[in-house]
Amino acid sequence: MGIFLNYMKPELMISLIIFLLLILKLGKGMTNAALLPFIQVLILIGFLITLFLPAEGSLFHGMYRTGRLIGFQKAVLLLGVYLISLLCSGWLKKSEHLTEFIVLMLSALLGMFFLLSSGHLVMFFLSLELATIPVAAMSNFDLDKKASSEAAMKMILSSAFASGILLFGISLIYGITGTLYFDALVSRIEAGPLQVMAFVFLFSAFAFKLSVVPFHLWTADVYEGSPFPVTAFLSVVSKGAVAFTFVSVLYRVFQPLGELWHILLMITAVSTLVIGNLFALRQDNIKRFLAFSSIAQVGFILVGITANDASGTASVTYFILVYLFSNLAAFGVASVIADSTGRENISDYRGLYASHPMLCWVMALALFSLAGIPPTAGFFGKVFLLGAGASRGQLWLIVIAALNMVISLYYYLRVVRAMFMEKQLSPIGTITQELPVRFALLLCVAGILLTGLLSWIYEYIRLLI
Amino acid sequence: MEPGLYHLLFISTALFFIGVFGFLTRRNLITMLMSIELILNSVCLNFVAFNKYVWPGELDGVFFTVFIIAIAAAEAAVAIAIIINLYRSHRSIDVEVAGELKG
Repeated sequence: MGIFLNYMKPELMISLIIFLLLILKLGKGMTNAALLPFIQVLILIGFLITLFLPAEGSLFHGMYRTGRLIGFQKAVLLLGVYLISLLCSGWLKKSEHLTEFIVLMLSALLGMFFLLSSGHLVMFFLSLELATIPVAAMSNFDLDKKASSEAAMKMILSSAFASGILLFGISLIYGITGTLYFDALVSRIEAGPLQVMAFVFLFSAFAFKLSVVPFHLWTADVYEGSPFPVTAFLSVVSKGAVAFTFVSVLYRVFQPLGELWHILLMITAVSTLVIGNLFALRQDNIKRFLAFSSIAQVGFILVGITANDASGTASVTYFILVYLFSNLAAFGVASVIADSTGRENISDYRGLYASHPMLCWVMALALFSLAGIPPTAGFFGKVFLLGAGASRGQLWLIVIAALNMVISLYYYLRVVRAMFMEKQLSPIGTITQELPVRFALLLCVAGILLTGLLSWIYEYIRLLI
Repeated sequence: MEPGLYHLLFISTALFFIGVFGFLTRRNLITMLMSIELILNSVCLNFVAFNKYVWPGELDGVFFTVFIIAIAAAEAAVAIAIIINLYRSHRSIDVEVAGELKG
């Protein structure tokens, strides 16, 4: 019992918060404005416990395992949820169903925790579903908007289809090896034709969830139609969890097929980088723009994964941490603007610097970090990813990735130019920024600057492996 | 002739691809959902067949089938709720009608 409590601390914390919220919902005594700070404090406590009290070991015959790296990754995801709950407090306070929304978000997070800890394919599949089904329900939360229900429909259908493909791959793997435990699978997988087919099915399901080109078609529509907190959750927390799991499944379970997935990763990395960047060039809606920019970022992550050693895991974890701060800062600014004025287009941001200089600086810093310009953390994140990718000697891949960084500068700077240099005839109006939003933006900016400059953070992640 | 593993695998693979084909060609949301159920059922059949003919000593496949059925029900519940909401706002359950998001 003691071991159980110790190892599953993060999951138990989240389940406890979920039950507490459900009970509070029954009482009907609290307004949104009173409930939200309470929820934020609970999530913060969960984050601190996960970060500072890690455990190492496995439960249920290896079905559930945890370690220092997994604990750190869980803490990163919880930090993301905490920042989202602060950044989108304007939208959350107005929401009619705040409790349900938070409960769904935390259940998805719980699914991701189990996903990171899974050591058995049944666990893996169940937690993957737990991590996706609530998100589809969440993206329908703007109940009166047509775009929101369309986004939810696209999300649930494409994710159900992807999990069908995943299951078919898993069933073939079971037929060949007769086991579903990760540890037992490693020794029984070899590069036979049926195994390769099963692996390709599994790989494409992961590609669906990570929105890797050519499986990215749902991404932009779902991001655009969903409410801001859901878009932020999908692009940062969901993506981070799937990326962490992808790395650990590839490195641990499919090591015997290393040559095969090295080639697959290189092909998909190039297509993801190129297509993501080319489509981002022509977007005007800020959510759609950030969707394609996040597809392009996944391309860089794939380049890092090709390393196939500890540097791959470390650089992906570090990059997700950096990406969390930068992307959430960008989403935060966009969400504040959309909340006060209802506008989501880049052309509406013209001349914003004259009226709201601080917001513009935060946005500019976030976009610089996403583009990978030196003083910000995004630069270091990309350097580690490309460095890890280069360790296998595929220099052409690194050259293509670096060229894509240059292309991405164009569209990131387009937003900055619109804010700082262009004039707007009809001003966007005043934007109210509440205290929690300011605090969260400050945290994001601190994260963008400090994760890059403090070199011990990467070293620390490296030591966790 | 006694039906063996190959017959079952043939049926399940055919079901899988019928499901994929239906999902990609049908434009009615309920039919697309039914295609996904076909895919999931083909997987269940696969698991049970492998369990019976290839790994009679193991139980993992049978257990997995039970979980798939449960998850499929959960997924269908959420999907149908979303489709009902879509019908309220669009007055249709055709995918082509819900085409506001583009670019």
